[in-house]
Amino acid sequence: MLSEKHNEKEAEGAVRELTYAEALREAMRQAMEKDDSIFLIGEDIGVYGGAFGVTAGLVDEFGPERVRDTPISEAAIAGSCIGAALTGMRPIGEIQFMDFITLSMEQLVLQAAKLRFMFGGKAKVPFVLRTPGGSGTGAAAQHSETLENWFVHVPGLKVVMPSNAYDAKGLLLSAIYDDNPVIFVEHKLLYKTKAHVPEEMYQIPLSQSHVAREGRDLTVVATSVMVQRALQAAEQLSEEGIEIEVVDPRTLSPLDDRPIIESVIKTGKALVVHEAPTTGGYGGEIVARIAASEAFDYLDAPIRRLAGLDIPIPYNRTLEYHTVPQVENIVEEARKLVRGEY
Amino acid sequence: MSEAIQSITPDRARELLAAIGHEKAREMLETMYLIRAFEEKAEELYALGKVHGTMHLSIGQEGSATGASNAVRSGYDYLLNHHRGHGHCIAWGGNVNFMMAEFLGKETGYCRGRGGSMHIADVERNNLGANGIVGGGIPIAVGVGLSIHLRQTDQVCLVIFGDGAANEGAFHESLNMASIWNLPIIYMCENNQYAMSMSVKRAFKVEHISERACAYNIPGVTVDGNDLLAVYEAISEAAERARAGEGPTLVESVTYRWRGHSKSDRQLYRTREEVKEWQARDPIPRYANRLIEAGIITQEDVQAIHDEAYQRIEDAVEFAENSPEPDVSTIMDGVYA
Ligand SMILES: Cc1ncc(C[n+]2csc(CCOP(=O)(O)OP(=O)(O)O)c2C)c(N)n1
Ligand SMILES: [Mg+2]
Repeated sequence: MLSEKHNEKEAEGAVRELTYAEALREAMRQAMEKDDSIFLIGEDIGVYGGAFGVTAGLVDEFGPERVRDTPISEAAIAGSCIGAALTGMRPIGEIQFMDFITLSMEQLVLQAAKLRFMFGGKAKVPFVLRTPGGSGTGAAAQHSETLENWFVHVPGLKVVMPSNAYDAKGLLLSAIYDDNPVIFVEHKLLYKTKAHVPEEMYQIPLSQSHVAREGRDLTVVATSVMVQRALQAAEQLSEEGIEIEVVDPRTLSPLDDRPIIESVIKTGKALVVHEAPTTGGYGGEIVARIAASEAFDYLDAPIRRLAGLDIPIPYNRTLEYHTVPQVENIVEEARKLVRGEY
Repeated sequence: MSEAIQSITPDRARELLAAIGHEKAREMLETMYLIRAFEEKAEELYALGKVHGTMHLSIGQEGSATGASNAVRSGYDYLLNHHRGHGHCIAWGGNVNFMMAEFLGKETGYCRGRGGSMHIADVERNNLGANGIVGGGIPIAVGVGLSIHLRQTDQVCLVIFGDGAANEGAFHESLNMASIWNLPIIYMCENNQYAMSMSVKRAFKVEHISERACAYNIPGVTVDGNDLLAVYEAISEAAERARAGEGPTLVESVTYRWRGHSKSDRQLYRTREEVKEWQARDPIPRYANRLIEAGIITQEDVQAIHDEAYQRIEDAVEFAENSPEPDVSTIMDGVYA
């Protein structure tokens, strides 16, 4: 239904574009207008508007009670979300950079993720913790982490990673209304990217992988900013006659692996691309899902991973660039796979 | 409860300067100018697009960094500091060439271009590094203090952090352990009134952060951080206690950052008037005047010291700009020993 509406609007030439940051802000604003139990909590989210401006202006609309600045206390930010969620509120916490979520780990991993289960399903912990990950800003090793897989490994947490502005809004709304703790991983390099974002409060269901581009030659499973890079690579490859299919899981956990498996059955080849270091990264999970499925019989090349080097993110711009997959690396890797060089 | 903010009378200043000695007294002014010149240049290079990433300037806080480092034996004792750390590194005797090269991401930089502005360390001089994580150095100080204790040296560990860091849980864990084990640690909190946009008035219920010392039964003092000698005196006393086996001290150095938190700060949380008020308490002329009053230097000397510092930074930029970038083939270096 929604996509029909898009087409109508596009036909009228009235496509509304928002940046990823604006889309997130709009989701929060619309949800807060409708539901008093939703509030924001985090460092510098009020008058400063958040380190990346995502919450800019919201304190003027909703006041400091509902857009609550905290001292620098990440464990207590996570704990505040958990406690409030247990008692009828729907908090949206912000951890300023994903790196600092390490200071919230106990609360998230040992409390938020397990309380419902340990209480025999008698409580729920509905909150969202938004946080920007990723490198590419020259912020060096302690401000560039991509840690989503730490959370993927924890049953009870949901992990969402939107790759564009349209998904950002729809996924955030679903995350807000979900009755579970959701780690919502944004990307610094995506904040200023634009896409068509409808004004209405649409939801993109969690745990629904999405085929972002169709193609017959190779399945590329990518997350977050790597979806954008894979789509750019696809354009270049298409000029060479290579058509890649790009699948964006969007929700990393719980994962909807059907579209991935079906895609690999179709193409017979798979490449997984993510920013986090290769070893122990999300790519391992995707590779395992493919290898363990009926798609295995259809594979005519090894499943490959293209991910961050196993090093902390360097400060130097050139080194930083070479640490994580870029468009040209995806193009090259895809070519090799399609040409049977592996 | 701690007393009000401690400052230094003119008589006490003369006494302290006499004890410090003219040469070192003058060097401390040179250091403050060198810090100011370094940071003004950093800001300029940033504006010119020569730097990728972010930086945190300590302009206005030079007295705190310089007074503290000079009150311990930099290079022998240990330093841990934080993201707003250019001044601490320079005051600790850091080489501005290597710092500038690091800032520009060059192979000749202190961290071979891998760390950048926020992570400058001078390991040979026992400067164990600035830190990108607020409060990140505070627990490490416990380990350094414990090591000093176990190795039975007479070193001390100076750990510098901001007001914001005092609200991380790690602050409590660290001060408690240091106090129960009487570790030789000087906790210096540079209270520059804000943690990004969060003012200390909103972030603390106590008036002075040093009041928290009572929770650990250790001394806590609040000093005028824009008065180099006040900081010098407080840190000297804390160092003496540490060396005498009497354990840690919490020193709150009250100061102000003149610039925004980092590159992208519209500063909507404070007024221009407030900034101007604090700029009138510039630690550099305040200290220079003390030296002039004590007959240690003349007004002309001040100008010469100023000019020399700014020239020194021009040379550092030249060194950095002429230095090579790290070679991409070395990208995997340094992850493991
Ligand atoms: C654990 C952690 N949380 C948040 C940040 C983001 N951050 C960097 S500096 C800063 C403010 C620090 O304030 P303060 O400790 O007072 O030092 P100042 O910047 O004022 O020198 C914040 C919130 C961080 N780097 N690390
Ligand atoms: Mg501060």
